Amino acid sequence: MSDAGSLTRSTLIKDLRLEWRSKDAINSMLFFALLVVVIFSFSFDPTAEESRRIAGGLIWVAFLFAAVVALNQTWARELRNQVLDAYRVSPAPANSLFLAKALGNFIFVSMLEALMTPLFIAFYNLRALGPAYQLIFVAVLGTWALVVNGTFFAAMSLRTRSREIMLPLLLFPITIPALLAMVEATSSILTGEFSAKFWIVLLAAYDVVFTIASLFLFDLVLHAE
Amino acid sequence: MKRAFPILAILTAILLSYGLYQALVVAPTEQTMGDVQRIFYYHVPSAWTAGVLFFINFVASIVYLARRNSKVDALALAAAEVGVVFCTIVLVTGPIWARPVWGIWWTWDMRLTLTLVLWLIYVSYLMLRRFSTSGQTPVIAAVLAIFGTLDMPLVYFSIWFFRTQHPQPVMGGGGSIDPRMLHAFFVNLIAFTCFGLLVCWSRYRLEVLRREVEELQALESLLELRSPR
Repeated sequence: MSDAGSLTRSTLIKDLRLEWRSKDAINSMLFFALLVVVIFSFSFDPTAEESRRIAGGLIWVAFLFAAVVALNQTWARELRNQVLDAYRVSPAPANSLFLAKALGNFIFVSMLEALMTPLFIAFYNLRALGPAYQLIFVAVLGTWALVVNGTFFAAMSLRTRSREIMLPLLLFPITIPALLAMVEATSSILTGEFSAKFWIVLLAAYDVVFTIASLFLFDLVLHAE
Repeated sequence: MKRAFPILAILTAILLSYGLYQALVVAPTEQTMGDVQRIFYYHVPSAWTAGVLFFINFVASIVYLARRNSKVDALALAAAEVGVVFCTIVLVTGPIWARPVWGIWWTWDMRLTLTLVLWLIYVSYLMLRRFSTSGQTPVIAAVLAIFGTLDMPLVYFSIWFFRTQHPQPVMGGGGSIDPRMLHAFFVNLIAFTCFGLLVCWSRYRLEVLRREVEELQALESLLELRSPR
């Protein structure tokens, strides 16, 4: 178990270091999300009251699109120089690789959210009327939901033609309940009209179900060649 | 097994025609909705058949992961394809029925949304199979099928709660159902199930044959390479 842990840690550190030096994923995500925010605010031009209602949807759609940009790069990096083949041959447990990748993506997408949220608040004049601290739970659970499925499906779409487009095609239908939960929870907190509790519990359930499923099935996907 | 196919096909054809007669002639016209209600005899059996086929796909996917039998994978593929066709019939006949009755083509109602999400998941399953380039398509597809099935309860609960927060149009209340209507409905339910399974079976046989031909061709081209010209 400690071996698996150290493998996860070293892969994660390697990915973070690579990202720190190149800043490919975070830059492309940030700029992409910025573009989405600007285009959305042009096309809706909402008042403060209205923007509270739609902001939940806009924020999460922007993050979802931006996350896909980063998720697509997760495994592509390992294809160069046959790194992934080396992983397959090595006796290292597949799950520690998966966890490292998922955690790395989680960190990237969380950074994106931390940087973009102030911009959203400024552009849409947002102020939460409900309990704002709950937004943190929504963000953490929602990001993990996107990332755990996204990392898994990115590995699945590695062996397909035009894999960049395949990832959203697989990811979006499955994440519909998670996305609905994130959007509705955020809107409920911003408008203060409903309690977000149910949605947070649903997100947590989603995370548990798909984290377990991914850990069970990732070995099959990694070795599917 | 092969001889049984034409017999079953004839039986299904008879059952379907009997069902058509029951639905269009014998079953009385619904009082408030009128003749358009008769679409019900096709709409609901199609939904049921799609459900059965998706379930077959799920079971076949799990069996494939355990046994790695190519025929089981062919069954999973056939069931998913035919299931998507029936699911599409549901999604098309639904609005045709809804428009005159509710006055709207579409509403984000529980069943409609569930069917739509199910359809989306299985279309993405078929897309994955179409786009996959590796010889391990069956494994990846089976994994996706399991993910899709795990997703359904979550979709169900999310839409259920989504609907309790938002207003929705009132859908048909209670009232008694004429036994002739029930009879027509059940005849069609059985007929459509047989029809769906029959189409799935023939698609399965086609897929198995296609794979055999592919293998033979690969073998032939290998032998040709070896023999000197």
